[in-house]
Amino acid sequence: MSATPSAASGGSLSGSPAGSRPGTLPGTARGTTTRGEHAASGTVGALEAPVESASARATRPGGRGPLGWLRRAGWRHVIGIVFSLYALLPIAYIVSVSLKPHGTLTGSNELFIEFSFESYARVLSDPAHPFGQWFLNSLLVGLCTAAGTVFLGALAAYSFSRMRFRGRRMGLLSLILLQMFPQLLAVVAVFLLVSKLGTIVPWLGVNSPAALIAVYLGGALGVNTYLMYGFFNTVPMSIDEAAKLDGAGHARIFFTIILRLVAPILAVVGLLSFIATMNDFVISSVILVDPQKQTLAVGLYNMVSNPNYADWSAFAAGAVMAALPVVIIFVALQRYIVGGLTAGSVK
Amino acid sequence: MTQTAEPGQAPSGTPAPTARPERRRRGDRVGPSLGPFILKLVLVGLFDALVLLLLMLLLGKREWTIFGVVLVAAAAINVIYLKKGALPAKYLTPGVVFLLIFQIFTLVYTCYVAFTNYSSGHVLSKPEAVQALLSQNQTRVPDSPAYPLTVVSKGSELGFLVVDPVTGQAQLGTESRPLTDVQAEITDGKAVSTDGWQSLTFAEILAKQNEIFSLVVPRSDDAADGTLRTQDGRTGYQFVSGLSYDADAGTLTDTAQGTVYTDGGKGAFVSSSGETLMPGWSVNVGTENFTRAFTEESIRGPLLKVTLWTFAFALLSVATTFGLGMFLAVVFNKKGMRGRKIYQAIMILPYAFPAFLAAMVWAGMYSKSYGFFNQVLLGGASIPWLEDPTLAKIAVLMLNLWLGFPYMFLVCLGALQSIPDELEEAAKTDGASAWQAFRLIKFPLLLVSVAPLLIASFAFNFNNFNVIYMLTGGGPRDMDAAIPVGETDILISLVYKVAFTGQERDYGLASAFSIIIFVIVAVISIVSFRRTKALEEVN
Repeated sequence: MSATPSAASGGSLSGSPAGSRPGTLPGTARGTTTRGEHAASGTVGALEAPVESASARATRPGGRGPLGWLRRAGWRHVIGIVFSLYALLPIAYIVSVSLKPHGTLTGSNELFIEFSFESYARVLSDPAHPFGQWFLNSLLVGLCTAAGTVFLGALAAYSFSRMRFRGRRMGLLSLILLQMFPQLLAVVAVFLLVSKLGTIVPWLGVNSPAALIAVYLGGALGVNTYLMYGFFNTVPMSIDEAAKLDGAGHARIFFTIILRLVAPILAVVGLLSFIATMNDFVISSVILVDPQKQTLAVGLYNMVSNPNYADWSAFAAGAVMAALPVVIIFVALQRYIVGGLTAGSVK
Repeated sequence: MTQTAEPGQAPSGTPAPTARPERRRRGDRVGPSLGPFILKLVLVGLFDALVLLLLMLLLGKREWTIFGVVLVAAAAINVIYLKKGALPAKYLTPGVVFLLIFQIFTLVYTCYVAFTNYSSGHVLSKPEAVQALLSQNQTRVPDSPAYPLTVVSKGSELGFLVVDPVTGQAQLGTESRPLTDVQAEITDGKAVSTDGWQSLTFAEILAKQNEIFSLVVPRSDDAADGTLRTQDGRTGYQFVSGLSYDADAGTLTDTAQGTVYTDGGKGAFVSSSGETLMPGWSVNVGTENFTRAFTEESIRGPLLKVTLWTFAFALLSVATTFGLGMFLAVVFNKKGMRGRKIYQAIMILPYAFPAFLAAMVWAGMYSKSYGFFNQVLLGGASIPWLEDPTLAKIAVLMLNLWLGFPYMFLVCLGALQSIPDELEEAAKTDGASAWQAFRLIKFPLLLVSVAPLLIASFAFNFNNFNVIYMLTGGGPRDMDAAIPVGETDILISLVYKVAFTGQERDYGLASAFSIIIFVIVAVISIVSFRRTKALEEVN
């Protein structure tokens, strides 16, 4: 976390050794292809359907009737429905619990029989657990880290992609190597360093969001430069050269031309960094100690350290509110993320 | 506009003789245009101002080493941005600065801490520890003069306004600021008020009596001079430590009993009879942390168990998520299947759901007596999901499967779609069954393209702190161990618990554990780099 790359187990993809390969046009190039395929398959499906119903059905293996349908195509849907339920159940559960007026864990097992927003009001007004403050803290830290990560990463990726200098290869290799050692491994040293900083500059010490952001930015290059570097390489050099002939300086080329062309990877990196920050517990829990300063992950964890005795429906309401922005952004941008993440693997 | 005037007006680089008006306009941009240059100067100026502030602060704290490092680094940054050329450095510096401080330095520092006794009783430096010891265990100096005292406040800060009984000078001090001379209004030998501070009335003193009676104001910067305290809010008495420090001999002496404490060499003062004074300070202890980890049975046993489980957890997580993800990808890799996009959109949700929240939600669902799994899915069973060592491990893996399968599903689906259909058709033409075609043709191709991702996923799960810590907290706790450790702890959660959650925060031992992770991760990355040949592709 550490700027560990991302939400779930596979998130580290963005930082995988072969995350994106230079020269194989990752990112959009890949994304477009994938999207193209989807669109194509969609069209094919739409075209095939009537044809199937007219002629193919009778001649298909598996025979007629519901059993035949099940054998032919339906079993896929059976599996699809079963695993959709599996994916949805915990989420449906927590949404249902959040809509109960006052629930301990005991009363939370009947799904969707009560609908009330009392738990939401309660979690937002509980002075012992300042949920609103945690939310703002997380948002502040997450957005600043994401913006900083994108900026620092883009600067570095630009120089690796566009300039040839001594130590370039070495630098890239070191970054690939460093990303195997996420910051959370050094959490003890991070804590000691920040404590020490606090004795010199009070606003960079323990309990300071600025210190936490600075620590996260330490992981900005290691995790993302290589991913961005691959994408920067897909923008033809001739664009730079044309701009240079027109008299643009390097800074102008970078800020006004290149950054626009690589916008998709900036979005992906920003998003991954935001999600990683939201998910981080290790580093934020040792730096932000005061309940008023904590982030969602730390605050909510302390709130339900024992689910059996916690105000479970208030926690559920908090969890739904905390998850909503992440899920919405993720689903809205999933095509880019999936395109970017799988870029390296899918040839 | 004559041609002869051109060279003087146009910036260098413009071919003057043939210059036309539009050509010259373009030429203006080639030279150092003024706007960006001024912006750069302003930014560098701001940076330098901040550095200057930092240097002053460091000067005040007498942190010479850091002072030197900051000075050199700031000078280098100024050169990079003010000098012409060195373009790559201009773009790399911002990120590298953060990288050096917060990643590389911390990794190196971890290695250093692993060789010290840094822990809750040993965080200070030796002089700080001496000062801390001197300000502890203070007793009132017998027959010492009484200080007429007024309790004053500024905001929420409380202070003592006193008159020195010897010199008659009014002095003001707070908990963090020793007594200093001030101008004050003195009535009957007692300072009653001073500018900028509010004198407390008797009622106010009563209201805040606990705070006031526990307020300790140092008499000077040197802790040996003792402190002032009050028991009634009107008179202050001088307190000094029962210990006295002999700077030359480096010993502390208990003035009442005459016991002499000397530096025991392990970061604490020890008496001849073996009594240790706390707090101590941090010292280099060589390989003691590693020796403890590998020889003390109450640490070695749990450490070995945790290491094995870390490997098992990471391997099983990858295997289960990949297995389910691939199965679903095969099922849904059928062109023209209706509703596939809907299934795909639903199944991505666990991946989008923040992992830390998922773990907490599942912790509730796993609850033995009230949880959803036992009560609803298993019809009222009372299975101790999180209390039993084996079941807790299964519970963690089940949660991680739910979190991780969507990603593997998406990756495998993408990989399968990129395998040309002709291969399968050719296999079928040659008489292969669907299963054979998959096992012998598609699966190997799939594995080749996702192998790097599986290694990355393994590396991620190797340090997947959240899933473990937020679901089980590493528990159930291993009661025989000398360190806070449980049955589902992986190495990184062990590091965290040893450093931050135990009775004693043992930073040194935790760092030693971190180094074990470093070594394992390094081996894994060397192996994976060899295999993926990622290094060769960097050109």
